[in-house]
Amino acid sequence: MSKQTAEPISAAGAEEKSSTSVLDASEPDQKTLGRERNEAKERQKSRLAAMDRDTLLNIYHQMLLIRRFEEKSAEVYVAGKIGGFCHLYIGQEAVAVGALSALRKDDYVITSYREHGHAIAKGMSPESVMAELYGKATGCSKGKGGSMHMFDKEVNFLGGHGIVGGQIPLATGTAFGSKYLGTDQVTLCFFGEAAVNQGAFHESLNMAQLWKLPVIYICENNRYGMGTSLERAMSLQNVAQKGDAYDMASEFVDGMDVLAVREATMRAVERGRKDYLPTLLEIRTYRFMGHSMSDPGNYRTRAEIEKYQERDPINLFVASLKEEKIVDDKALKRIDEEVKQQVENAVKFAEESPYPAPEELYTDIYANPIDPSKNKAR
Amino acid sequence: MPIITIREALNQAIREELARDERVFLMGEEVAEYDGAYKVTKGLLKEFGPKRVIDSPITELGFAGLGVGAAMVGLRPIIEFMTFNFSILATDQIINSAAKMLYMSGGQFNIPIVFRGPSGSAFQVSSQHSQAIESWYAHFPGLKVVMPSTAADAKGLLKSAIRDDDPVIFMEQERMYGNKGEVPDDPDFTIPLGVADVKREGTDVTIVARSLMVPVALKAADKLQEQGVSCEVIDPRTIRPLDIDTIIDSVKKTNRVVLAEESHPICGINAEISTQIMERAFDHLDAPVKRVSGIDVPMPYAKNLENLVVPDVDRLIAAVKEVAYLD
Repeated sequence: MSKQTAEPISAAGAEEKSSTSVLDASEPDQKTLGRERNEAKERQKSRLAAMDRDTLLNIYHQMLLIRRFEEKSAEVYVAGKIGGFCHLYIGQEAVAVGALSALRKDDYVITSYREHGHAIAKGMSPESVMAELYGKATGCSKGKGGSMHMFDKEVNFLGGHGIVGGQIPLATGTAFGSKYLGTDQVTLCFFGEAAVNQGAFHESLNMAQLWKLPVIYICENNRYGMGTSLERAMSLQNVAQKGDAYDMASEFVDGMDVLAVREATMRAVERGRKDYLPTLLEIRTYRFMGHSMSDPGNYRTRAEIEKYQERDPINLFVASLKEEKIVDDKALKRIDEEVKQQVENAVKFAEESPYPAPEELYTDIYANPIDPSKNKAR
Repeated sequence: MPIITIREALNQAIREELARDERVFLMGEEVAEYDGAYKVTKGLLKEFGPKRVIDSPITELGFAGLGVGAAMVGLRPIIEFMTFNFSILATDQIINSAAKMLYMSGGQFNIPIVFRGPSGSAFQVSSQHSQAIESWYAHFPGLKVVMPSTAADAKGLLKSAIRDDDPVIFMEQERMYGNKGEVPDDPDFTIPLGVADVKREGTDVTIVARSLMVPVALKAADKLQEQGVSCEVIDPRTIRPLDIDTIIDSVKKTNRVVLAEESHPICGINAEISTQIMERAFDHLDAPVKRVSGIDVPMPYAKNLENLVVPDVDRLIAAVKEVAYLD
């Protein structure tokens, strides 16, 4: 294969290509909205058959956990319990959960500063994530990283990174490491569409395809870089197409359909694991909340937000599951209760945990600290 | 002991560490097939193959970040910048990723990486290719910054840098690659980071010099000796962490100090050393601390103008005489 195109755009992929209108920003009318929502649901239902019930319920559980976790984060942020920036993931849950459901536990995940959802989906405990938001010693980064810098070596979660696009070369490096060491671990690298305008994105894709590195670049296209829309910032707005510039396989994916995300990621993971090949996925999604908690949101209309809320990935998934009689209200209620308990536990844990000791200020700067005043080796 | 150039000493250090540890790899522009723009990496591709010695595209931000990512998963990259002028493109990955990863991950991800290459003034390549930017990197906790001035130091310090578990900025001097010196050929020869070296003992004036300024200071000291002034020349070798104790001990002995550097004076390393001397040895000073730095202009091309920028023996001698109240 001279050109590394994505596996021919399976039937499902082709459908999505033709139905992308729902994910553009035009003002919708109710009739169109309803029709498009039903079409999306039918596509999702066609994917359900291939999956076992436990996996489906777990996907629902994780999406709901992230949603409720983020709602709680917003609540405690407003109450002054969380400092700094706080970028919520509400609306984008299907991306992290769908993509990470296609991974092995030892695969690497690295992402931006909007990472609470990825952290939880990678298997980090809500307790350690919430405690980090609180800046407590029990947080996943011992209270030194905060909302934007969560890490967990145990589950190969390589961090939230705060400079737009900064994690993309790092992911290229972890994939380089996998190939160098001869493992079959792949790296999933998440970033927003605004990061695509950074040089780091282009430099990384070039190297990854040149050297055939097992990395999957996942562009979560939520249409806005802070308050600047895609249209105001990007000359070529089809992000997936940018893979062509590097001869890299790429796919466009409906980010409101958790199973579409999962399937596309599985195809990319296989390409990485078997053949050390990279993939660029453009996953169209939408954040229902502001860029951060301090965002007044005057760059978009209420109607636009409501349009995307019609396609809420969790509601869509619940509707699909119920219509296919995979779950009933009782099973859903049980999961809702579990999630509620998990979030309450996370907050309780964070509240009751101690702040880092003052001595912690000076630890973790160097792995091999050198104190010249004690070095009498001359 | 064999006498070799700094270029050869660096080559030996990289070769020995590549042979010692499979996790070490070398990446940069022209490091492999071209044998290195300054021939520091000569022969390494042939010996270790393209998996370990890798030519990168001209993409400094990209391959610096790739190195940091590789270090996160257990490799020990040596990233060569053809010159440190080009590292300016990579500062986001060096400062925001490499320097801070261990801290912001609460101690989970250390970054064992060496960023190395020539720095400082070259010969007639004008403003963008001839500058000393060590104070940028020395500013940040999380980084270690090393600047050797002799062949033995170059080899011993580079081997320590490669074995170190933290990011190390290793700045060679473009004009000094051909300088020769005795270098032990013992593969276990290393020099610890963070230890200054007294390059010449003296009693009247302390000169603190690094990199290109060390040979200049030694020449000045020779000439001053003829005039009856005894200079002690101290080379910190590592800028961060700085072995200030050795400098302070010397100042307490000589009571006079001249600080030499080729970088710009504002917010430079000399400014920092001067402050620390003032804080710790003020009462021992018989004269104000004197700085001799690169002239505060972008580097010009014309030879006569360039010569005015980089501190030379005459400027150092004048400075020593000033703090010794001679002439």
